[in-house]
Amino acid sequence: MRHRLGRLFLLLSALFAFIGFTPVYAGAPKAVIEEPVKGERCVEDEDYMRRNHMELLKHHRDETVHAGVRTKKYSLKECINCHAGKQTGSVTAAKENFCVSCHSYAAVKIDCFDCHSSKPQASAMKHPLTAEGAHLNHQMATQRGGNVSVQDLAGVAK
Amino acid sequence: MSEMNQMPASADRRRFIGAASVTVAGLTIAPGVMLYEVAHGKAEADAVTSKVRWGMLVDSTKCATGCDDCVTACSTENGWEPVAESKHPTQAPQWIRKLELQDPLTQVTTNLPMMCQHCAEPPCVDVCPTGASFKRADGIVLVDRHICIGCRYCMMACPYKARSLVHEPLNDTQKPDVPRGVGCVESCTFCVQKVDRGDGTTACVEACTAAGHNALLFGDMNDPESEIAKQLRAMPTKQVRADLNLNLGVRYHGI
Repeated sequence: MRHRLGRLFLLLSALFAFIGFTPVYAGAPKAVIEEPVKGERCVEDEDYMRRNHMELLKHHRDETVHAGVRTKKYSLKECINCHAGKQTGSVTAAKENFCVSCHSYAAVKIDCFDCHSSKPQASAMKHPLTAEGAHLNHQMATQRGGNVSVQDLAGVAK
Repeated sequence: MSEMNQMPASADRRRFIGAASVTVAGLTIAPGVMLYEVAHGKAEADAVTSKVRWGMLVDSTKCATGCDDCVTACSTENGWEPVAESKHPTQAPQWIRKLELQDPLTQVTTNLPMMCQHCAEPPCVDVCPTGASFKRADGIVLVDRHICIGCRYCMMACPYKARSLVHEPLNDTQKPDVPRGVGCVESCTFCVQKVDRGDGTTACVEACTAAGHNALLFGDMNDPESEIAKQLRAMPTKQVRADLNLNLGVRYHGI
């Protein structure tokens, strides 16, 4: 009996190979993980982040809201800055976007984006004439190595 | 920048910050570089301390009739919809509003902006059942939206009607720096995102100064050398509902 089944299996495989079709065993669907738009690597290893990002974010959020600690590492804003999708410019707008794709796969509802913007601060960067944009440019200039242009400063003074 | 940030904030240095921050616009480029560095006051990683108490001085004699630049600036900076554009103006969030008061006896009118007064003893914090309403060490009264359940006790408790509830979903229209959400109470934050960035000012103050009225002044009330502390010493100011003994962070001149 087993022998016969085995033969049937072989026969079927040969048939599929013949018509150019390989059987796909429909297991659990895999989440699509979008590559980050910028940034070479995450603030921690990928596997660590996958398991613990919620703890890091939660800790950081309390520090930020209550104590005014605004460090970039583990800040939700910085996650979004790197992980916002190329097309949508958001981490949640389309179902393949970074946060949504995994969270719908894991069936974990997040409400971060009921309050937080899902888009990076890009718009501010593009407009050096706004105080916000000027500050970002200035900050980046000082981080680059202290070469601050006159334009940057003019923006800050404004 | 990092060396500067690691320096302990000595009293001298804070005094310099206070003095420098009011002359921002007039400074030349070379000291300007310096100015930006120290104006941070604290490093990104440092927690806020009670050495600083942020406060605002409103000179209502300079506050112009019909001008609502402060309200517009607040709405733009913090991303709340201007009340006039709201579909439900009676329940639209309003972080700051302009008031025009008239004395019925003398007919004299007074203009002033009204917003969260950032009390040292805030009633909204006293009544909050979840601990969402809190006062930061540097005197800024905030709502932690992660904990707020939208019960609106704080709105009832506030003598200044400074708080609003967000009634409708905001559909990702929030600014990245200013999270806001449906079902949470909110109010003036003294532009905490700007304060933490080291701007040393708020959107409403910037707008008032830009319009040439100079009716608003923001600064550290604990620093005797700061412009706001000097002004508070120099001219008579009042707290609204001073009888409540709340020790307000917003003081009014000319009311």
